[in-house]
Amino acid sequence: MKSFSQNKKKSISYAKWGYIFLVPFFVIYIIFSLIPLFSTFYNSFFENHMSGLIQIGPNFVGLDNYKAILFDSDLPKFALNTIIIWLVGFIPQIAISLLLAVWFTSLRVKLKFTRFFKTVVYMPNLIMAAAFSMLFWALFSDIGPVNNLLVALGYQPFSFMQSVWGTRGLIALMNFLMWFGNTTILLMAGVMGIDNSILEAAEIDGASSWKTFWHVTIPSIKPILIYVFLTSLIGGIQMFDVPQILTNGAGGTNRTSMTMIMFLNRHLFSKNYGMAGALSVILFIVTAIFSFIIYKNLTESQPKEVIRGGRK
Amino acid sequence: MRKLNKFIRYTVLILISILCLFSFYLLIVNSTRAHSQIQKGFSFTFGDFFSANLKNILSNKELPVLRGIINSLLVSSLSALLATYFSILTAFSIQTYEFRFKKIAFTFIMMIMMVPNQVSALGFMSWMGKLNLMDSLIPLFLPAIASPIVFYYMFAYMQSNLPKATVEAARMDGASELRIFNQIVLPIMKPAIAVQAIFTFVNAWNNYFIPSLIIRSAEKKTLPILIAQLRSADYLKFDMGQVYMLIFLAIIPVIIVYILVSKYIVDGVAVGSVKE
Repeated sequence: MKSFSQNKKKSISYAKWGYIFLVPFFVIYIIFSLIPLFSTFYNSFFENHMSGLIQIGPNFVGLDNYKAILFDSDLPKFALNTIIIWLVGFIPQIAISLLLAVWFTSLRVKLKFTRFFKTVVYMPNLIMAAAFSMLFWALFSDIGPVNNLLVALGYQPFSFMQSVWGTRGLIALMNFLMWFGNTTILLMAGVMGIDNSILEAAEIDGASSWKTFWHVTIPSIKPILIYVFLTSLIGGIQMFDVPQILTNGAGGTNRTSMTMIMFLNRHLFSKNYGMAGALSVILFIVTAIFSFIIYKNLTESQPKEVIRGGRK
Repeated sequence: MRKLNKFIRYTVLILISILCLFSFYLLIVNSTRAHSQIQKGFSFTFGDFFSANLKNILSNKELPVLRGIINSLLVSSLSALLATYFSILTAFSIQTYEFRFKKIAFTFIMMIMMVPNQVSALGFMSWMGKLNLMDSLIPLFLPAIASPIVFYYMFAYMQSNLPKATVEAARMDGASELRIFNQIVLPIMKPAIAVQAIFTFVNAWNNYFIPSLIIRSAEKKTLPILIAQLRSADYLKFDMGQVYMLIFLAIIPVIIVYILVSKYIVDGVAVGSVKE
């Protein structure tokens, strides 16, 4: 009897440690993330901005900020910019990553130096986006080395920063360079997870590399492809550092490279808290929907050990 | 046929590698050249102005670069330290103990994993103002204690590398829970700590959005803010040797560390990928 009560007492005291060890995470999360999140939601229902030197509000205005940002602002244009730039980077990214993932894991043609190539393609992912963008601006500016090279080769100089597709293309190129290595490694994990006997069976049946790729590999890694697609889309929605630095916050010619987060950043700096709040809530909802689809996709069809964590 | 196949593959791989490395090569070349040489045109060969450029940018009166490097190092190191230590502590709590809200706590952390910090930036700014933490480095590293993604990586690693019997045995020997954590759990987690410390350090080092909203005074600026400041300056008046040198200082140290430990990083990505 005595030992039973002692045991019980002991297990209760262990549970106490479970709570104690959780305290730092939750206290910090509440202070630095949860309160700010609720405060952002709260602000989205108030008119609160500067008109010249006069502070207007905060006055409760219901959903007026949402109406204003959705129907009376350039948000649809900036959303379209963001999606276009993301797509221009994502399409080559997924194509090259699939190709490399299959090559690196191929049993038929064993490549050498794969460690070196993997190291190189992943490297741009760790680069400071702001510095990378500054570097591209310096290299592609009107008097930069790329234009010097064009002139030296006898071509006309090309003003990347004045051209709509020059600017968008550079942003997409940087996004591509920064993310295709990461995607390659994620897809490799998927390809290596395919049951070898299926691939061997396809080979015995005389299927070509192309057929095996299209009919065995792609369907087998579909959950990871969906994961890569959606996480990249969420990262695309958050696109900020690269276009902000490249265009110096102006969004390029006619603001054709202005992204949604750059727009948010402008409202934050001009202290238009009502609009910034409404925009934040909209972005939160969109991200939450995509995240929920990822979660469903992973828990339903994905062997748990292949992918963990998120990406940008 | 197989030989041709191999040749094509290596050619494509080499071209892609060149695409990845070319801009960094130009960066290193131009950081060794003087402004006048850079203006003259393109070059593939190194100059001898590296130390002059370095000296000029570090003593630049308008850009507190040395201060920026120190601030960036401070914020990034503290972020890495706090994120790894407290993520393991959180993971240990959920992995080892039985308590009522364990499941809820876990589900909650999984739910907040994908929430981008931009969407709460507005509230973050005004709330930091109320806490008197505006223009302070504290809001740049303290939030690292609650890093859901690092937590999940640690949790997954712990599940396959920390047998429950280890903790039980330590308890038999009379070790306190905190001691078990610090002296038994932490050493077992060393490989995971290495991977996540690097990811967290690099993410903090590269972070631009939040610092640009919080930091105002020159002596508290981190490197990404200095780069943005340089971008908005009138570049025609600027010494391009110094511009390339500042980018060099922001990028190259990370690349060197990455090359030294790339094996662990590349293997670590598939298990828990990076998020800013």
